[in-house]
Amino acid sequence: MRRMAIALFALLLAGCSLSGDDKPGDRTVVLVTHDSFAHDPAVFDRFTAETGIRVEVRKSGDAGALTNQLVLTKASPLGDVAFGVDTTFASRALDEGVFAEYRSPAAAEGPQRYVVDDSGRLTAVDVGDVCVNVDVAALESRGLPVPTGYADLADPKYKDLLVVEDPATSSPGLAFLLGTVASFRDGWVGYWEKLRANGVLVVSGWEEAYTQEFSGSSGQGPRPIVVSYASSPSAEIGEDGEPRTRALLDTCFRQVEYAGVLANAKNPEDAGKVVDLLLSPEFQRTVPEMMYVYPAREGVELPEAWAKAAPLPENPATLPAAEIQANRERWIEQWRAAVQG
Amino acid sequence: MARGRPGLSPALLGLLPLAFLAVFFAWPVGAIVRLGMDAAALDVLADPGTWRIVAFTLGQAAAATLVAVVAGLPVAFLLARVALPGMAVVRALVLVPFVLPTVVVGLAFRGLLGGGVLPIVLANAFFNVAVVARTVGGLWAHLDRRAEDAARSLGASRWRTFTAVTLPALTPALGSAAAVVFLFCATSFGVVLLLGGARFRTLETEIYLRTVELLDLSGASALSLVQVTAVVAVLVLGARARRRREAALKLRARVESARRPVGGEWWVVGAAYAVVALLVVPIASLVARSVDGGFAGYRALSGTGHAGSLSVTGWEAAANSLRTATDATVLALILGVSAAVALVSLRRARFIDALDTALMLPLGVSAVTVGFGYLITLDALPGDLRTSAALVPLAQALVVTPLVIRLVLPVLRSIDERLRQAAATLGAGPWRVWREVDLPLAGRSLLAAAGFGYVVALGEFGATSFLARPDTATLPVVIGRLVSRPGELNSQMAYAACTLLMVVTVAVALVVERLRAGELGEF
Repeated sequence: MRRMAIALFALLLAGCSLSGDDKPGDRTVVLVTHDSFAHDPAVFDRFTAETGIRVEVRKSGDAGALTNQLVLTKASPLGDVAFGVDTTFASRALDEGVFAEYRSPAAAEGPQRYVVDDSGRLTAVDVGDVCVNVDVAALESRGLPVPTGYADLADPKYKDLLVVEDPATSSPGLAFLLGTVASFRDGWVGYWEKLRANGVLVVSGWEEAYTQEFSGSSGQGPRPIVVSYASSPSAEIGEDGEPRTRALLDTCFRQVEYAGVLANAKNPEDAGKVVDLLLSPEFQRTVPEMMYVYPAREGVELPEAWAKAAPLPENPATLPAAEIQANRERWIEQWRAAVQG
Repeated sequence: MARGRPGLSPALLGLLPLAFLAVFFAWPVGAIVRLGMDAAALDVLADPGTWRIVAFTLGQAAAATLVAVVAGLPVAFLLARVALPGMAVVRALVLVPFVLPTVVVGLAFRGLLGGGVLPIVLANAFFNVAVVARTVGGLWAHLDRRAEDAARSLGASRWRTFTAVTLPALTPALGSAAAVVFLFCATSFGVVLLLGGARFRTLETEIYLRTVELLDLSGASALSLVQVTAVVAVLVLGARARRRREAALKLRARVESARRPVGGEWWVVGAAYAVVALLVVPIASLVARSVDGGFAGYRALSGTGHAGSLSVTGWEAAANSLRTATDATVLALILGVSAAVALVSLRRARFIDALDTALMLPLGVSAVTVGFGYLITLDALPGDLRTSAALVPLAQALVVTPLVIRLVLPVLRSIDERLRQAAATLGAGPWRVWREVDLPLAGRSLLAAAGFGYVVALGEFGATSFLARPDTATLPVVIGRLVSRPGELNSQMAYAACTLLMVVTVAVALVVERLRAGELGEF
């Protein structure tokens, strides 16, 4: 029996993932964020060397899941600073008092263009527009011109070619729906009825839409028109150096991602410094390649592939965060009735 | 059983898994459900739409369970009773579906069959054929073949022998397997979302939507209560059916009961191979995608994906997977065996069904409910477990423990009570009885439980993706992450990682197989 117990204990130690747990240093800031967060470790390392602050990243879910977790844990937050609450969820986070006031000196360098309210609790870090993407070659082979805007998508010429994400389960899906609301106002339901008559395919997430149904990605699916991001074409550069896909810049909805210091944070002072880090030119330069989004700071150069394949849309549709918060669920219900009823 | 003997009774071991359940399951789930309980929750219950979702959830789970049982039985026969070359490979192969991340299997089924109800049912069954084959096969291998031979020599047909002799003996394992499969199918999430779109909604997807995206906690609470009620009802029915059939069976070693098939048995063997071939179709399509366009995906495993999509390399994720699964398995074995031993020693207690059901509950409750429950409760424990790397193996153990119980319990229960009584009469204390009688007889199923539990932990996605930190991401989490980012390299790497996960699974299964063959004094 004793031998068995020893063997068991040895096994426990050998495989233990608990024993390798790193000890937090004196000045550690926990950054809570969503699954899509990605960063260049070198930038964070330099920050640690300069300030003595170590940044620990915790990811959980998409932007919606992140916001809701922050709301649930606001009395005892999971970290000190949060990044990734976006336009669609900003109002909920602010109404619930998730964030404390912190005005970064860098907020005037461009982020101020995307400010939600004047309370100084959320600072814009990046901009990621959701736009319709097209597979140029596939359209050409069908003898079709590249569509230019929303109206073309309802044109029978483009019947059965569009795939979109369900706004109830997908963040780009919701953004696209909001774009049509912003453009058509009261007529948006009618527009979706036309899309439905024109054979729009609805799938639950971006993965199926882009990697499986869309013909311009590695999955080489059947449909040449998809709802994705303004930046997606930069990942689809062909061997000749030309992008195989293109974003339709008149179908874009602007999604801004924000950072803020959490209320009740253990280390609010250092947390503010991490917000500064996210707004620094060094970090901002990396966001296109790392997260497929555009820097919120002005004067940050985009990578070469982006300049060619993925320019930032100039006149995207927008909606005030408060209006989205007030109507989100009703719009999704109306959309369900119109498109799937 | 040594009733009335002084000293610690094995029944007290049951307190260990119960304490674990109380802290890491009952408390968090209770807290999140209570948070949402208000008048609006009642409106959700009054909505006929809710009951349509309940009906669809139960219906698709029942259909998928039926398919998995019908497909799994011939495979169980093959694994238990047939001595043909290559059995070890088949045994390892049927486990593969179980570890595949739902998102990848969902995409594979979408590619092969499109969306809709039938693909949902088939995909759910695909994951679970292994549960039936392994659980039922585990007991079948130990059934004394002579009872069947006697029936045959008395003139019973093969079919009659099967229905009158074999099937009743297998009922405990069959009941166990069906209950587990039903729970998995009723709470399956990724597959329903991918193949059902927004048209086919289950309790699980609806709880997810309301909790994670809408923060409609009152709606989610109401649905969680409905889910728990339905699950408990099914479990109680299952436990009743199992217990009615329980009898001490004469268990034999596998070598005695396996042989070359004869006559009509070849049909069953053929059916089993057909099932295995069908299981291989989606698997093969995944492997084919991983080498679509060369081995770039495999080379990419040593990196972090296109433009640093990940915080770990593919190989580091594989190492994380192995480490976490080891912790989870060890923990689940300790908890599961304690629970099984306690359940056996309490075989006549009145509350045993309740206990048995409680131990199974974690399989039937939404991972989202548990995960969000952790968020609002575990900060009260020292060290704030909510953000600790230790939470992942703990959550995986929650899923693996019921499976260990279900694999070990039928075998422990079918051990002839008189063996234990004889040992006790000869002066052995309860612990010694357990060590000298139960352990050697159940050794094989313990090993099987360890191997199966390890594989389940390797493939666990729901709780792990919610709880894992970026630097401790496991292979399934990494795969899910890679397919959700654009870029051809990410896609190739995702499918290569999938193949890697399958290879690891098969390797683990083969190692368990080898250990088992080396175990001489099994019976």
